[in-house]
Amino acid sequence: MISRLRQKQIAQLIASGKRLDGRGLTDYRPIQIESGIIEKAEGSARVRLGKTEVMVGVKIGFGEPFPDRPNEGVLTVNSEFVPLASPEFEAGPPSEESVELARIVDRGIRESKAIELEKLCLIPGKKVFVIFIDIYVLNHDGNLIDASAIASLVALMNSKVPKFELKDDGEVVKKPGFEPLPIRNYPIAVTFADISGKLVVDPWLDEEEVLNARLTMSFDRDGRLCAIQKGGSGMLTPQQVIEASIIGREKAEELRKLVVKS
Amino acid sequence: MGETAKLIDENGIRIDGRKVNELRPIKLEVGVLSNADGSAYIEQGKNKILAAVYGPREVHPRHLALSDQALLRCRYHMAPFSVEERKSPAPSRREVELSKAIREALEPAIFLEKFPRTSIDLFIEVLQADGGTRCAGITAASLALADAGIPMRDLVAACAAGKVDGHLVVDLNDAEDKDGEADVPVAYMPNFNAVALLQMDGLLTIEEFQEAIELALQGCRQIYSLQKEALKAKYIAIKEEAAEIEEE
Amino acid sequence: MPLFYENRQIVTPGDLLAEGDYVAGNNTYKHDSKIYASRLGLVEYKGKNVQVVALNNFYVPSIGDLVIGKIVEVNLHGWTVDINSPYSAILKASEAFNKQFRPQKDELSEFLDINDLILAKVIAFDRARDPSLTIREPELGKISYGQIVKVSPAKIPRIIGRKGSMITMLKKETNCNITVGQNGLILISGKNREDERIAISAIKKIEQEAHTSGLTDRVTEMIRKERGER
Repeated sequence: MISRLRQKQIAQLIASGKRLDGRGLTDYRPIQIESGIIEKAEGSARVRLGKTEVMVGVKIGFGEPFPDRPNEGVLTVNSEFVPLASPEFEAGPPSEESVELARIVDRGIRESKAIELEKLCLIPGKKVFVIFIDIYVLNHDGNLIDASAIASLVALMNSKVPKFELKDDGEVVKKPGFEPLPIRNYPIAVTFADISGKLVVDPWLDEEEVLNARLTMSFDRDGRLCAIQKGGSGMLTPQQVIEASIIGREKAEELRKLVVKS
Repeated sequence: MGETAKLIDENGIRIDGRKVNELRPIKLEVGVLSNADGSAYIEQGKNKILAAVYGPREVHPRHLALSDQALLRCRYHMAPFSVEERKSPAPSRREVELSKAIREALEPAIFLEKFPRTSIDLFIEVLQADGGTRCAGITAASLALADAGIPMRDLVAACAAGKVDGHLVVDLNDAEDKDGEADVPVAYMPNFNAVALLQMDGLLTIEEFQEAIELALQGCRQIYSLQKEALKAKYIAIKEEAAEIEEE
Repeated sequence: MPLFYENRQIVTPGDLLAEGDYVAGNNTYKHDSKIYASRLGLVEYKGKNVQVVALNNFYVPSIGDLVIGKIVEVNLHGWTVDINSPYSAILKASEAFNKQFRPQKDELSEFLDINDLILAKVIAFDRARDPSLTIREPELGKISYGQIVKVSPAKIPRIIGRKGSMITMLKKETNCNITVGQNGLILISGKNREDERIAISAIKKIEQEAHTSGLTDRVTEMIRKERGER
């Protein structure tokens, strides 16, 4: 927890349009993206956003489809706030922040239909591919959501699905070789913090302690909103929300270029 | 895949007969449980939701107490019989997320700093679900808090808007929520023109989103008036009864 | 400078009561130059003061308040008391006895045990500590007979009445001793159970109809009718 003095410092600086780490109000911290680092996973990525570090592993297995979507693969997103990532994280069942983060990332991917789940069906109604996205937070220095969303997308983009053959007797047999996971959209999350009445993008840890409210907006490749989540115990005006959507769409496009390049 | 039934017909009428900007019928009752310090019940469409408040009271376990304000805890939970396919009573991840979002929607409204070292425990039980339960839950919770005599800056009214069959509509029912293109739940405090809860899932252009928010806020304002009426209702009835006795 | 309601109209949290150079009284708050209600109640405009008489609230101790409490724990140096408030109260042994007392747990519980009721006064309370009580004054101490009725603390002023008019009437008409705790607990002791029951009925009626006018007369009538019928 940062001192009251520092909290005041941060808030006052932002009120005059500056941030303690020298960034502009709409600047992201430096981003480093690596992919394919865990060979045993079907897909993986590590993202460093400033000092925040998140790793995502994609595992692909089999399972039954959802009853209302018998011809589609299944997507499930989980997040773990690993205790080594922060003195605030404890071992045990997921905290509400961890559950919320997983669900925000899930919505971004699911609502933008980023994965072509219809192509992941083996036996309709019986056997489909299950895509497990596991978000592993390794160091918490603020804005875990955006880092996790980028890492999840990159991990999906380098995921490989094993090839399978459906035999006459209904058996599914593995064939040699892989296919890339069919991806058709690239959702990006942009998180704002409302501090001193101003919206700042990519809040770092100290700014998160001072913020009044947090707003995450996810955009797909066409600049459409696919997920929104307000967090924090403060309030936002409708005008701030609209402003965030306009800035967010631009920032998402910038980030998407970085991701697609990597 | 078979053909899905249309959710809105050529005249802009929805499957339950409503126009795009019409709310479902809403019934609100305050003070329905005798043990809770405050309580309220809402019916909105087929939603049946109970909200109850215990507190301010001592915090258990003690180490969770905050030295400078009350601790607001919220549990949003769906009864196993509330949905089509029985739901396990164990809290799902959705219920965990919604409990957090609802708590964060009500925190700004309560003068928490007036009651340090206490807890205010809010319970929202969905007895029957028909789309928009988190909004209906917040609407009822605000009344339960006021019923408990907890000082508030304003009531919090909540309403969702969304996109269904290409049209932007207010107050989605279950079918519209499941098969529609987008859902935007909003909680609003009219006195401060402040949004306390905002979520969205689906696909919307920024322009559609702006329109959806406006629809949701209009819905919130209507619900706000209903909340005020519901709070006063019990007392106005007693006042009228007493005045009648006087005249006799 | 506008006022937005009439005196004694029912207002809800968030209702705009006044704008301008007014003072925010009980159950209201000021934001910019606007005064809003923070609780459900009856608005009262008294000169520059805008306040709301709450229809329902919970008890937060004030120094000097007379309260009725129940012992919930016997500790080494005193007792923990439930005073119908979010905050538990402490009654130190030194505030219970007039002479020097050597603290030994057994002896304390002989004097006041769990579930005993006391009439006490609040002597200390602030944001950092639980309220402290005393029973060292003459009228205070363990309650040994009578019945307790619990009402919303918001209704206590109405039960006492302007300059004590309501409580005086109640005592006279029911022929009971009535001690009103600020924390919503009221002790009634009369010559017989029936008188006590009528007193409790009357108090419950006042609690229900506190926001109406002509209440004193209606309650008086109700009591006389019930006692007359015996």
